[in-house]
Amino acid sequence: MPEGWELKDEFQENTFTHPIIVDGLTKRFGNFTAVDDIRFEVRRGEIFGWLGPNGAGKTTTIRMLLGLLKPTAGRIRVLGYDPAVQTKAMQAHVGYMSQQFTLYNDLTASENIRFYGKVYGLSNSALRKRQAEIIRLAGLEGRENTLTANLSGGWKQRLALGCAIVHNPDVLFLDEPTAGVDPISRREFWELIYAMSNQGVTILVTTHYMDEAELCQRVGFISQGRLLALDAPENLKLTQMQGKVLEINTSEPDRAMRILKSAQSSQALPLAEVALYGAQIHAVLPGGDEDLERVWKVLSNERILVQSLAWITPTLEDVFISSVKS
Amino acid sequence: MSQMEQAAITTHDLVKRFKTRTGYLNAVDHLTLEVRQGETFGLIGPDGAGKSTTVRTILGLLARSEGQSSVLGYDSMRDLYQIRSEAGYIAQQFALPADLTVIENMRFFANVHGISAQEQRKQIPALLEFAELEEFKDRLAGNLSGGMKKKLALACNLVHAPRVVLLDEPTLGVDPVSRREFWNLLGNLRAEKGLTIFVCTPYMDEAERCNRVGLMYQGRLIACDTPQAIKKRIPGQLLEFTPSELNPARLRLQKMEGILEMQTYGKMIHAFVDDAGLRRAQIETALAGQGLSISGMRVIEVRMEEAFISLMKRQEAGQNA
Repeated sequence: MPEGWELKDEFQENTFTHPIIVDGLTKRFGNFTAVDDIRFEVRRGEIFGWLGPNGAGKTTTIRMLLGLLKPTAGRIRVLGYDPAVQTKAMQAHVGYMSQQFTLYNDLTASENIRFYGKVYGLSNSALRKRQAEIIRLAGLEGRENTLTANLSGGWKQRLALGCAIVHNPDVLFLDEPTAGVDPISRREFWELIYAMSNQGVTILVTTHYMDEAELCQRVGFISQGRLLALDAPENLKLTQMQGKVLEINTSEPDRAMRILKSAQSSQALPLAEVALYGAQIHAVLPGGDEDLERVWKVLSNERILVQSLAWITPTLEDVFISSVKS
Repeated sequence: MSQMEQAAITTHDLVKRFKTRTGYLNAVDHLTLEVRQGETFGLIGPDGAGKSTTVRTILGLLARSEGQSSVLGYDSMRDLYQIRSEAGYIAQQFALPADLTVIENMRFFANVHGISAQEQRKQIPALLEFAELEEFKDRLAGNLSGGMKKKLALACNLVHAPRVVLLDEPTLGVDPVSRREFWNLLGNLRAEKGLTIFVCTPYMDEAERCNRVGLMYQGRLIACDTPQAIKKRIPGQLLEFTPSELNPARLRLQKMEGILEMQTYGKMIHAFVDDAGLRRAQIETALAGQGLSISGMRVIEVRMEEAFISLMKRQEAGQNA
């Protein structure tokens, strides 16, 4: 047996419980390291959030998982397949939906589903059955014969998802699937995602909506090609936030903001961040009781009436920004 | 702020009608709002709500069909020249000349607005510093990251020292870190220069960065107030919980007394109830009767998204009634 073959078997052992396994994954473009020694596993039926700033390596990772790009180093298994080598075999079991909703506008909703079904090699009878299922799942009843161009954002999005799952994939990759759709459609979309996850479909999703990231069971933060943290959103809030968020209500928010800004630059206050939120100010501080007093003093000395100071629960966005910056 | 002070932006019964294949559509439907000077106002709504059409009509780039609109007291249709010189506007598809450097872009926009060379020497470095673009001043605009392009677009549109800026979805497609930085810049502009800022956005959470927001849906304003007041408008307390099965749980709870509204959130249910203490146990009992269990039940605060969905549903129910 050639060297590495044994290792591969051991590596594949968990592919049933963990349909996505990534180990030491690295991708270099010339001198630039886009993905740097990343390791994670996604459990069967899990909804896994993959978050990072633009250019962090999110899409490069997805391309490697889809077998569209060859890793420089490290190993990937998707359902036991090596995507770079067994691309075709793997793609028969994997769905992918991108932000651009790759639908044909001049085909009807049903025609789009049939088109994708044919691409995936479904037989006519299987396709007829699947088409009806998808129309029902995506809530497209009554719109089967509408031209895709005339569907609104939310419908198009669910149709795109339907087309991505026409071949009943076990693993689904979603790249910013909800950009621009209205909040009700987003909720319906996430309900669908959860229904699929309940049926055992494993889902990896990227999003810029941090409130959506909170809906993922686990979330990985990636920045400059490195995996910074990986955990359930509620745990990330406990472990990854440097300092605490203080909500400040004053009589004159704009002037209070100027005062706090200058206290930040003169280091009179240990403010990691200070920003206006409407009529309120959010400040990130180490979080001791003495901080409250110091903030109150700085503002009161300038005759600002402080109406309230309260520590608030950080949002996942607060946590994400804090961990990317540190 | 005194009652006498000129409003930064006003619309009164503003209508913008487009001809469609089947008839007419009011993209903006009798919109009335007032933005005060020095305020950050967010026009928030999903794609297709009419946000961009509203901005373009206010700026006089589109001719209004009915009603009134003005910027700093200048009429949108009549006083285009004054509006152009006192307002800044970043369109959604706003693109900077990619083959000019950052500083060349700034000079280009300054020249378009007829800013003197002397004034430019003063203004441009200050704006570059403000936008944190000094170290990139010789980089081609085409080589900037998405977030930096947005900052440069903002800096270019401040070069003529406008009193009002209107931004159409400036954070679309921008990652969370750049989005936060961009909003921090807007906050500093408000605090330091007293600039009036009008922002359109589909992101509900950005409402929190505004003094007041207008929620727009199908051409209409369904609410207009401070973010805190809008959230308070939704009656009841919000209970969040995860039932062992979503659909049967939802069916069972649909007719239950004391549940004012239900929304789904992934595998969770958000139920607005009249009395959380009382209904909590009742919900548990009702679902247990169906063989369903519940985990993670807690009272949570209403966010703008829940409020928006609630108001949107009411609007639709009202139309169908």
